[in-house]
Amino acid sequence: MTIHEFLSPPVENARRTGPHDRIVMSSRVRLARNLRSVPFPGWAKKAERLKALETIRPAVESLPQLAGAFSETMDNLGPLDKQILVERHLISREHAVKNVGSGLILNKEESLCVMINEEDHLRMQALRPGLQLQQAWQAIDQIDSDLERRLDYAFSADLGYLTACPTNLGTGIRVSAMLHLPGLVLAEQINQIIQSVNKLGLAVRGLYGEGTEALGNVFQVSNQMTLGEIELDIVERLNKVLLQIIEHEENARGMLLEKKPKIVLNFIGRAYGILANAHSITSKETMNQLSLMRLGIDLGVFPVADRPLIEELFVITQPAHLQKNYAEKLPAEERDIIRADMLRERLQNLSRPNPKLPGNGGGPLDKRA
Amino acid sequence: MICKQNPAKVHLTQIVGDKIQKVDLCEECAKQKGVNDPAGFSLADLLLGLGASQEIAPAGREEIKCPNCGFTQADFKKAGRLGCSQCYTTFAEGLEGLLKSMHKGTKHLGKVPLAMRQGRDLTERLKYLQKKLDRAVSAEDFEQAATLRDEIKETREQMNQVAQK
Repeated sequence: MTIHEFLSPPVENARRTGPHDRIVMSSRVRLARNLRSVPFPGWAKKAERLKALETIRPAVESLPQLAGAFSETMDNLGPLDKQILVERHLISREHAVKNVGSGLILNKEESLCVMINEEDHLRMQALRPGLQLQQAWQAIDQIDSDLERRLDYAFSADLGYLTACPTNLGTGIRVSAMLHLPGLVLAEQINQIIQSVNKLGLAVRGLYGEGTEALGNVFQVSNQMTLGEIELDIVERLNKVLLQIIEHEENARGMLLEKKPKIVLNFIGRAYGILANAHSITSKETMNQLSLMRLGIDLGVFPVADRPLIEELFVITQPAHLQKNYAEKLPAEERDIIRADMLRERLQNLSRPNPKLPGNGGGPLDKRA
Repeated sequence: MICKQNPAKVHLTQIVGDKIQKVDLCEECAKQKGVNDPAGFSLADLLLGLGASQEIAPAGREEIKCPNCGFTQADFKKAGRLGCSQCYTTFAEGLEGLLKSMHKGTKHLGKVPLAMRQGRDLTERLKYLQKKLDRAVSAEDFEQAATLRDEIKETREQMNQVAQK
């Protein structure tokens, strides 16, 4: 079975819901583990990497949680296949450039994904829609506990799980959530939030992790420190911070609606106008405009029922997903045209934006006392 | 932090991309590392230089090589990653300062593989979890309390297993 036959259609994924999913798009907990006897993947020779892959792959495949999973070596996946996995946030960009000696195991629900020979021998992650960090931690903790019986992990009593990079040492845990924060961006409060989150020892990154920009007002928040604390404390702290960010985002939206309803409606109306009528559009602009449409749904400008459509468009308008539907690798200009065609068609039946903000009395200019 | 001898007088914070890095130096080390010129100084170099390069590989002496995988300090400077699990022993001294600067502590308190738990004091972890449970209960955070109860139960079971062996 190819990865395309295996992956759920994006429309299905778009219907998955979770707590606080207006703002928290997904939760993720990743653990890094290594084998004691083999050098770390970046330093290991090809034969050693293959040995690690051959040891780890069957151990992971034999886990009951991964029964019926997709399992493949990275050299058997094409560049577009890999890019699709990146666009779905199932593998890292670093893993997407791996070939011989690296592997991938993914369950049917796309909620568990194991990368073999990424930066570490084993990078396993649990994903959940909405804010569900504790659930994600429990799921991946279980996988790890099952695997440790089958594999000889590199572990030191003092330093914990030994990782290729000292930044992951100890627990090897990276807890993260993807947040949609258009309110904080429009209210120009985002930098302030990022700074205070940074001060708590947490990292804020763009849509595709390290060194990427926050396309579509999507931000990733994650822990940085992995040593000297138990996993549950790290999960709990991030959870608390996320609840605060959610509150700030809701407040920012409330404030914008009250003080600048015309500005907000103008952004949303223009986003609709562009997406529903453009004949050429880049993926970057698409993401940014879709973000405003998503905000429009949250604010009642569009019917809630259309949310899955917007979520789906977020995924299928990205370069690799777009090209997969059109068979060939296309130059960027052609992609922009196809993307616009797809958007116009898919948005045909979406109702026009409601010119009045619900709950705002008679009209958008109404200022509530 | 670097020489661990003199009190730190120079406190440096640098933002690289979206990461904040902090380092505390005494006057001597600061001068030695060229910290008095903030423009021409990269904290990353200092950190990736293992912080205490003098201790690991004094100038003029042969560079330390991991006996297991042949990895050297120069390789670490280049890659920012280590060669194998044994490198943590090989470069332990130099890594200490680095770990201190990037983590909450230098002692692992989290999960321990079952096979390693023998001989390790689980009582401490149990005490710690119990304290957290009390706090969660008094804060009426029952979801958290339930998770902690499971962890306590698991820890107790581990202790029994160790005791049986």
